[in-house]
Amino acid sequence: MSKKRKIGNFFTYVVLIIISVIWLFPFVGLVLQSFRSYVTEFGGMVGYLVPKKFSLDSYIYLFSGECKFIRWYLNTLIIALCVTAGQTVVVVCVSYALSRMRFAGRSFLMRTWLILGMFPGFLTMICLYFLLKLLGLTQAGAVPGLILIGIASSGMGYYVCKGYFDTIPKSLDEAARIDGATRAQILISMIVPLSKPIIIYTALVAFMAPWCDYVFASYVAFGHSNSYNVAVSLQNWVWTNDYQGFFTRFCAGGILVAIPVTILFMCLQKYYVEGVTGGAVKG
Amino acid sequence: MGNFQKNITAAKETAKQFAGGLRDLGESIAKGSWKTKVSILIFGFAHILRKQFLRGFAFLAGEAALIWVIFGFGWKYISKFGTLGTSSGGYNPDGTISYGDNSFFILLYGILVLIAFVALLILWSMNLRDSYKCEKRLAEGRSLLGNKDDWHSLFDRNFAQTLLTVPVIGIFIFTVLPILFMICIAFTNYDKDHTPPAALFTWVGFENFRKIFDFGSAGLGSTFFKVLGWTLCWAFFATFLNYFLGMGVAILINRNGIKFKKLWRTILVMTIAVPQIVSLLYIGKLFAADGLINLFLMDHGFIDRAIPFWTNANYARVLIILINLWVGIPYMMLIATGLLMNIPADLYESARIDGANSFQMFRKITLPYMLFVTGPFLLTSFTGNLNNFNVIYLLNKGQPKSMSLSDGAGATDLLVTWLYTVTVTNNDYKIAAVIGIMVFIVTAVISLAVYGMLPSVKDEEGFQ
Repeated sequence: MSKKRKIGNFFTYVVLIIISVIWLFPFVGLVLQSFRSYVTEFGGMVGYLVPKKFSLDSYIYLFSGECKFIRWYLNTLIIALCVTAGQTVVVVCVSYALSRMRFAGRSFLMRTWLILGMFPGFLTMICLYFLLKLLGLTQAGAVPGLILIGIASSGMGYYVCKGYFDTIPKSLDEAARIDGATRAQILISMIVPLSKPIIIYTALVAFMAPWCDYVFASYVAFGHSNSYNVAVSLQNWVWTNDYQGFFTRFCAGGILVAIPVTILFMCLQKYYVEGVTGGAVKG
Repeated sequence: MGNFQKNITAAKETAKQFAGGLRDLGESIAKGSWKTKVSILIFGFAHILRKQFLRGFAFLAGEAALIWVIFGFGWKYISKFGTLGTSSGGYNPDGTISYGDNSFFILLYGILVLIAFVALLILWSMNLRDSYKCEKRLAEGRSLLGNKDDWHSLFDRNFAQTLLTVPVIGIFIFTVLPILFMICIAFTNYDKDHTPPAALFTWVGFENFRKIFDFGSAGLGSTFFKVLGWTLCWAFFATFLNYFLGMGVAILINRNGIKFKKLWRTILVMTIAVPQIVSLLYIGKLFAADGLINLFLMDHGFIDRAIPFWTNANYARVLIILINLWVGIPYMMLIATGLLMNIPADLYESARIDGANSFQMFRKITLPYMLFVTGPFLLTSFTGNLNNFNVIYLLNKGQPKSMSLSDGAGATDLLVTWLYTVTVTNNDYKIAAVIGIMVFIVTAVISLAVYGMLPSVKDEEGFQ
């Protein structure tokens, strides 16, 4: 190895280490501050990172009867699981129809959806709220309401999945059709197994979104704390200016939210990368 | 330009199909048998007499449902569509509640009825044309498709319809209808002073659009263009800084002789894995006036007063773009890593033999390839950043507010976060609707203008 190359590599390592420190700092900070007690120390924000004494007070609070964190957590988990299942099925169906079949109105449909996608999502918030209210799915019924909203329009997010289906050779379909298989059989027994990576990608993305849904969840569940999800509770804790433990509570809650989602993501990272790269190139 | 011509051709094609459909319809009515003529009023009548029960009853049920929507359910709303209601509800002098009109539902159901009417026309035409087609088939001596064939076709020839019905209905109710509704709201005076049923709202024409372009003291013109300017500026920096720096990090990690490649990547990917609601809220608070960074610096005597990260407009804007690097670089790094491996190594080899240095190789080989392949991605990420709600809202909610901006807008507010504030805090739905339409126009104009210029769209074979 030439001397020049060695110097180059040295600087590369320095840069990468600096990057790693910056990128990991918020996570380390979050973990450390979640172990600060709001009883023996200050429960708001402080100027030091490592707590004077490690304690589980914030976690104990979350699991005690004083707050409904477990309820909120379960709400979010239920929403996330249902949305994942529904959205994946819808996206696979739409992608298959648009990728494999030619029918009247196909390009009209795709153009319309493209145009609809250019409207900002929050524009229709109030109208959606009233639609849900008509169905009785606000406040106390917010959880099924959020599931419905999460699934209803998911057909418009077909791009990545359709792009993947397009790469599966059509000759496979034709061979199966000659053998007498119907379109439905082809979809279920051939395309779905062949598209495992992209289906996992679709499901993963669908699963992660509800954990961050503050805006709509807070709007639909307004004033009805049994229907909150974790995003609403975390946001409320952070923006509460009374520091009686709200900040450490947020840190602990955040850790509890982040751990399972992060572990799941890391396990399925391979598929995520595949979906993101494929989607980026096709646009 | 090519794109424009393509659109024209598509429009012509649609018009031709439409004209053909009308001709078919006329022919069906004129030349159809008496059974088909009865179908003009009773949908599916001819089909049912021909024992095509599945199709016949589907047409009939569709007709019944749509007619009920229009006349049974929606008539009392559509008839007031022109005024959006005249008598508001409230308490009568004797204390009882009187239920008046509700502009909200008049508008919403009115739109629904109009759409149902169009759907009824389409169904009517389908029913007649299909009936006539069947008659012609019989006249030619060919047999009809039976109920069983129709049923099977739903899983084979017409499988697309089966697959798309539920998603299309879902999108219709929860996206198309609300968007049409909000577009109408932009032409009304629906706000917190006109909230039905207590106070009705009504049509006001282009009043709201005039207000948003009005630079006078009562207008929102200067606020709107300031927010729009920052939105475009933000989207530009957020997209291109992330793009080039992300690519840079990917190249660094990919360098020959760098070890632990997987470790570096995993550290960066943590950002994508941890929900933003946790990470961005925490980072936002790190920079607060009483946050970790300010308190640490003050405790150790580096500064006397807190640095106004979020309360000074310029600090806040720069900081938000910098923090967005933390969010965006890992994502771009993942994409670039995959693509960089596709560049043939012998290209670099021959460049090296010709004496090119690394920077020249990047400029002449890597960059053109990446720009070519990721053109559409750059466009979608630009339009995505125009609407990047999470980063702005979770970090500082569009703060700081300033005297030069009205209607609750802050210095780092994008059009979408401002739209949110206007909806939720000010309850000024009419202005929110106008802002939403503006966001749509900006997105659409940029997408159309840029899409035609993309090299990978113009020249699909260029790099293959």
